Amino acid sequence: MKILVTVKRVVDYNVKVRVKDDNSGVETANVKMSMNPFCEIAVEEAVRLKEKGVATEIVVASIGPAQSQETLRTALALGADRAILVKTEENVEPLGVAKLLKEVIGKESPELVIMGKQSIDGDNNQSGQMLAALLDWPQGTFASEVNIADGKAAVTREVDGGLETVALNLPAVVTTDLRLNEPRFASLPNIMKAKRKPLEETTPADLGVDIAARTTTLKVEAPAQRQAGIKVETVAELVEKLKNEAKVI
Amino acid sequence: MAILVIAEHNNETLGASTLSTLAAAAKIGGDVHVLVAGSNSQAVAEAASACSSVSKVLHAEHADLAHPTAESLAAIVVANAEGYSHILASASTFGKNFTPRVGAKLDVQPISDIVSVESEDTFKRPIYAGNAIATVQSSDSVKVITVRGTAFDAVEASGGSAEIAAIDAAAHIFDKSKFESQELTKSERPELTAAKVIISGGRGMGSGENFQMIEEIADKLGAAVGASRAAVDAGFVPNDYQVGQTGKIVAPELYIAVGISGAIQHLAGMKDSKVIVAINKDEEAPIFQIADYGLVADLFKVLPELKDAL
Ligand SMILES: Cc1cc2nc3c(=O)[nH]c(=O)nc-3n(C[C@H](O)[C@H](O)[C@H](O)COP(=O)(O)OP(=O)(O)OC[C@H]3O[C@@H](n4cnc5c(N)ncnc54)[C@H](O)[C@@H]3O)c2cc1C
Ligand SMILES: Cc1cc2nc3c(=O)[nH]c(=O)nc-3n(C[C@H](O)[C@H](O)[C@H](O)COP(=O)(O)OP(=O)(O)OC[C@H]3O[C@@H](n4cnc5c(N)ncnc54)[C@H](O)[C@@H]3O)c2cc1C
Repeated sequence: MKILVTVKRVVDYNVKVRVKDDNSGVETANVKMSMNPFCEIAVEEAVRLKEKGVATEIVVASIGPAQSQETLRTALALGADRAILVKTEENVEPLGVAKLLKEVIGKESPELVIMGKQSIDGDNNQSGQMLAALLDWPQGTFASEVNIADGKAAVTREVDGGLETVALNLPAVVTTDLRLNEPRFASLPNIMKAKRKPLEETTPADLGVDIAARTTTLKVEAPAQRQAGIKVETVAELVEKLKNEAKVI
Repeated sequence: MAILVIAEHNNETLGASTLSTLAAAAKIGGDVHVLVAGSNSQAVAEAASACSSVSKVLHAEHADLAHPTAESLAAIVVANAEGYSHILASASTFGKNFTPRVGAKLDVQPISDIVSVESEDTFKRPIYAGNAIATVQSSDSVKVITVRGTAFDAVEASGGSAEIAAIDAAAHIFDKSKFESQELTKSERPELTAAKVIISGGRGMGSGENFQMIEEIADKLGAAVGASRAAVDAGFVPNDYQVGQTGKIVAPELYIAVGISGAIQHLAGMKDSKVIVAINKDEEAPIFQIADYGLVADLFKVLPELKDAL
C-alpha cells in the first residue's frame, strides 16, 4: 500500500510570535521554522505502518516556498521514501491546498493519505476534510488510533465527549491528533541518507490549479493582554477574595 | 438571503454550543433557519423551533444519522444550501469535522473559529494559538463558518414556534464510511465548554490518583475538571479533559489551574476566563503572569486545605 503524507513548514511551536507593527501579519523573518507537530505525527504513523509491513511506500508532499525542502528532507530522514514540493511563494488557503493535493493524488494514487489535524500557525483545521470532500473519499479526523485491515481503516477519533470509532473504506484521508503516537527523532545517518532520496518539484501552474485566495486578511492584531493580578499568601485569603472581591464562588 | 445553522445535539437535547452559534447568526442579521439531522430527533427539532430567533427548522431523519458521519451530514447540508448566504456551525469537534467538507463541495474557503462578527463578510479569528487575532474578509458568495462558543452569549431557547419542515436524508447517506462505536467519558459534572467553574490539573499532580483531590473540590464547586496536555499524555485523565490550543477552548467565570506551568498552548484555551487562579510551587511559572490570584505553594498541602475551606 502506498501512503501519501503531507507536511507543512510553520513557525516553531516554542516561538512566541509577535504581531508586526503595521498589523499586516506576524513577524516571520529570522524566526525558527519547523515541521508542524501534527505533520510529524502523520509521518511517524506512516513509518510505523511501513515497519509493520502494511505500507510499501511513503510519499511526502508539501506546498510552500523553496525552504519547505528542509521540511521534506526532515520527513525523508524520518523514513519517507520520496518527496514532492509544490513550490509557491503564495499563502495558500486550505481550499487551494486541497485542490493541489487532489492533483498530486491523481498522479500518485495512494490508498491512504495522512495529514495533520491542524497547522499551528493558521489553526484552520480544514485541509484534510476538504481534500477528502474533493476526492469524495471517507475521512477519519483527529485520529488517536488507526488500524488497517482488509481494505478498511478503523479510526478512533478524539471528539469533545470522549472517543469515537469509524470504519472507512480505503482509499481514505486520516488526520492526526496528539495521542496517535510519539514521533521519533531523525538519526544522523538517516539525515545523511535523506539527502540522496528523490525530491521532485512542481508548481500550482504545472498542476493546473487556481490558488487565488478567497479571503483577505485585513489586519492582524495582538490579543487583549491580561494583567497579572496579586499573590495571596494562604488558602483562607484566596477563598475570601474569590467570595467577596471576585464574587465567583 | 437567510442564514443556515447546523444543530449540534445528541438526538434528545439541542447542544448549548448551538445557542451560541445562533447568537453569532443574530449578529450577522437576517432570517435564521436551523438544520437538525438525526435519528428519533423530534425533540431537538422542537427545541430549535422554540428558539425565538429561529424562523424555520429543516429536519432530516434517518437511522444512520443517530451518529452522523461528516460525509453524510455535509452532503445533506450541501443539498439544502441554495438560498443561504451563510452556513454556520459551532467550532467543536462536531463542527470542525464536517464544515470544511461543505466548503470544499461548494468551492468556498471556510472561516474557522470566529470570535466576532464585524460585518456580513468580515470576521475576527485567532491564529497562532491566540497570540494574534486576524480580521478576515471573505469574497465567497456563501460564507461557511465555525463559531467559537465562548465568544458569543447563548440566545434565549424559548419564545418561538418556527415551522418544522422534513427534508430528505436517504439520498445523501455516504456508504464508504460508517460509525462503529463511541466511548464517552461519563461524568456527573458539567461539560467543560459549558461550565461556570473549572479546576484543571497539570503534570504537577503527579498521578491519576492525585486527581481525586481536584475532583473533590470540583464536586464542592459544581465545577468541571480539566487538564493540561502533559497530564493527559501522562495518562492521569482521559484525552477529552485537555484544555488548550489543540484541546478545548473554555472561558468560565472561574478557572483554577493547579500544577500547570502556563505554556502558550495551554493559555490559548483558557485565557479568556473571567477570573483565573493559579496554584504552583514555582513563583516564576508563566501562569502567574495571567492569574488574577496566585498562590505559590505545594499543591499537596493546599488542595486539602482548599477543600475544607469551601
Ligand atoms: C497572519 C497570517 C495572515 C494570513 N493571511 C492570509 C491571506 O491573506 N490569504 C491566504 O490565503 N492565507 C493567509 N494566511 C494563511 C492561512 O491562514 C493558512 O496558513 C492557510 O490557509 C493554511 O491553513 P492551515 O495551515 O491552518 O491549514 P490546516 O487545515 O489547519 O492544516 C491541516 C493539515 O493540512 C496539511 N497542510 C496544510 N497546509 C499545507 C501545506 N502548505 N503543505 C503541506 N501540507 C499542508 C498539513 O498536514 C496540516 O497539518 C495567513 C496566515 C497568517 C498566519
Ligand atoms: C502541537 C502542540 C499542541 C499542544 N497543545 C496543548 C494544549 O492544547 N493544551 C496544553 O495544555 N498543552 C498543549 N501543548 C503542550 C504544552 O506546550 C505544554 O507542554 C503543557 O501545557 C505543559 O503542561 P503542564 O503545565 O501540566 O506541565 P509542566 O510544564 O511540566 O508544568 C508543571 C507545573 O507544575 C508545577 N508543580 C510541580 N509539582 C508541584 C507541586 N507539588 N505543587 C505545586 N506545583 C507543582 C511546576 O512548578 C510546573 O510549573 C501542546 C504542545 C504542542 C507541541
